Amino acid sequence: MSDTHFLEVNGLEISARINMPGEPSRKIILVDNISFNLKRGEVLGLIGESGAGKSTIGLAAMSYGRSGCEISGGSIKIEGDDILKMNAKQVNEIRGTRVAYVAQSAAASFNPAHRIGDQVIEVALEHKLMSKSEALEYADILYEKLGLPDPKNFGKRYPHQVSGGQLQRAMTVMALCAKPDLIVFDEPTTALDVTTQIEVLATIKTAIEDTGVAALYITHDLAVVAQVSDQIMVLRNGKMVEYGTTDEIINHAQQKYTQDLVSIRAMEKPEQALPDSPAILQVNHISAAYDGVNKILKDVTLELHAGQTLSIVGESGSGKSTLARVITGLLPQMEGEIVFNGESLSKALKDRVPEQLRDLQMIYQMADVAMNPRHTIGQIIGRPIEFYFGIKGAENRRRTIELLDQIELGEKYIDRYPAELSGGQKQRVCIARALAAKPSLIICDEVTSALDPLVADGILQLLMELQKKHNIAYLFITHDLATVKAISDSIAVMYQGSLVRFGQKSAVLSPPFDDYTDMLLSSVPQMELGWLEKVLSTRKMQSADN
Amino acid sequence: MNTNFLHSLASHLSWGARIGLTCLILFACAAILAPFVAPYNPNEIVGDVWEPVSGAFWLGTDQLGRDILSRLIHGARNTFFIAGAATLLSFSMGTFLGFLAAVSGGKTDQLLSRANDLMMAIPTLIFALVVLSVLPSSMAVLIIVMGVLDSTRVFRLSRAVAVDIVVMDYVESARLRGEGTMWVIFREILPNALSPLFAEFGLRFAFAVLFLSTLSFLGLGIQPPDADWGSMVKENKDGIVFGIPAALIPAAAIAILTISINLVVDSILSRTSSLKGGR
Repeated sequence: MSDTHFLEVNGLEISARINMPGEPSRKIILVDNISFNLKRGEVLGLIGESGAGKSTIGLAAMSYGRSGCEISGGSIKIEGDDILKMNAKQVNEIRGTRVAYVAQSAAASFNPAHRIGDQVIEVALEHKLMSKSEALEYADILYEKLGLPDPKNFGKRYPHQVSGGQLQRAMTVMALCAKPDLIVFDEPTTALDVTTQIEVLATIKTAIEDTGVAALYITHDLAVVAQVSDQIMVLRNGKMVEYGTTDEIINHAQQKYTQDLVSIRAMEKPEQALPDSPAILQVNHISAAYDGVNKILKDVTLELHAGQTLSIVGESGSGKSTLARVITGLLPQMEGEIVFNGESLSKALKDRVPEQLRDLQMIYQMADVAMNPRHTIGQIIGRPIEFYFGIKGAENRRRTIELLDQIELGEKYIDRYPAELSGGQKQRVCIARALAAKPSLIICDEVTSALDPLVADGILQLLMELQKKHNIAYLFITHDLATVKAISDSIAVMYQGSLVRFGQKSAVLSPPFDDYTDMLLSSVPQMELGWLEKVLSTRKMQSADN
Repeated sequence: MNTNFLHSLASHLSWGARIGLTCLILFACAAILAPFVAPYNPNEIVGDVWEPVSGAFWLGTDQLGRDILSRLIHGARNTFFIAGAATLLSFSMGTFLGFLAAVSGGKTDQLLSRANDLMMAIPTLIFALVVLSVLPSSMAVLIIVMGVLDSTRVFRLSRAVAVDIVVMDYVESARLRGEGTMWVIFREILPNALSPLFAEFGLRFAFAVLFLSTLSFLGLGIQPPDADWGSMVKENKDGIVFGIPAALIPAAAIAILTISINLVVDSILSRTSSLKGGR
């Protein structure tokens, strides 16, 4: 059995029809001529940017097309049966029992009104594969196998009572419960913190090995997929770029695009020495809370010098975005003081003078909601120029174009609306808007998290260039340590509202480490085979998730 | 560009909406060109009391012998103008206060919202009857009373829409820039709230027509001898007892107008709500 191909995909083509008003409807190809084979117990990693068609292929393996999509060519054979030729009843029969699916957002995929256990065994009961008691017993075994706490009682909890990482594992249990032959994992760890991701990754890997299922692993992170898969297929715009074993792709990539993906984490900025001048931003013993009682920030003290980059790293819930809100004045602090350019800033936004507001700008994570969709790019960038400097008309337009040139977009974008831009371009416009105020400090809140790696790389390079040119200081909030290494001069590590470690980059990133920094650093997936096993055997501290 | 847009708009309208739009345009033309299209002077007694439909009187005559068609055409002017002005007033007031409540939050929001609740707790019709019976009956008073009473509904809608928009990053970014409340209301929120508000405008206009008709029927709306569709129903209602259908003709006009507006608005509403995801 093991040497025959369990899943064979041949010349798969998926297309969609676009009906624009006033135009004849046309067909666009989303996935073009994709072929691959998979044996039992093997994992194929599908990797690519957003829009590469990787999820569409994953869903097609379940003979499912998103609304508007149509599987228009090729064949998908599971043990010789072409699932594209099956009727609705047969397809229903294979879904869940032979092919299962693990979605990106487990939180959105569980029904919050039912217990986890009941949802996990639903497929097995629906298809009458097991009796209820058998299914519950099998689920308990799986909970234990996936390292969930208190496996006997885990199923009795509701989805909101467990953490995100646990829920993602519960979803894997759900997929495994009906003993499928093939599991499609669609970005199962993307929404998780690095420290949680590593454990989920490890459990997924052991679960695949123990049960001997075949798996499609979809992700945009090459380092992650290198840990779990036997083969990797690199996709771009629905076409195959490269297909080979994991070793071939990681160590001997043939295509330029793949090489770019592999080397993406190599960028690193030389660290600047601390200048003698006083810091541009001093955060002194700040504590803050949203309800006035439970402190989200506990006694945080930091400083940042002109023209330098300070990165604040931490998991979600570590208080890094809250710190940004305190500095901008959106959340008045309970204790402590913020000194900016030698002046103590008022706690509340409304008490600050325009000059202070101008000098401190902010760039957001989600560029699409950070710009008013009904304003043109010219209005978005031109407004701060008018607001802070009182410049209107032709001079305003000239400056706007100058800024558009600086962010490498150019004059032709000035009358467009945000919806007409790609994610990376939108983020560039947000940078231009911040730049228009001629600030000396920009707070960047996860500005590259929502972007594809190559696009994010471009944004970081742009930010670095602008820093050199205008001597702007960045307060860079991120959870991505590769980004931190690439851009910072100094680093602050935060954990549950407290500052764990703060200093120059070289000092923070070299031993001896405290336990948390050690775990955080070791959790960043590396572009090498066998990294996952190595790390898990040498770690000092378990993630907070367990 | 502009004709292209109109073309795409027209191609998206359902058949119901097209019928509704045709009726509305017909009504509007009749109202605007009233002196030219109306066959008789609306206030002149031109025939016998309650004459049936004939070649001379296309829709018959009313209880005094005036031509119903002429009165209907001239009445459309009053009905459209008062309902339109009242709706405009209610929208300018309602949206502004609604946005202000959403943007300010806290005490201002509580104050405005509770005051609004208080207004809404009193039945609109009774409130209007009391106020109108005390104040002198003029068109301006009528418009203001209708507009203010209706603005409570608009307030709730616009506040709900704005609360969703206020939490967006672009509004926060405008505040961080130091923009004032007026900028946030008119430049950041209003453009993004237009489509649901526009759809609601059509509905509210239809309600205003009905409300005006109700007031006129009760004798507090348009005063005789001026014509208005609601007062025409009232004037002719006694005829129904004798089997004379004169009262039903203005009533039918009100019904057709309301249905037409609803058909168009429904179509716009389904278009804008499907676009909401991209807002």
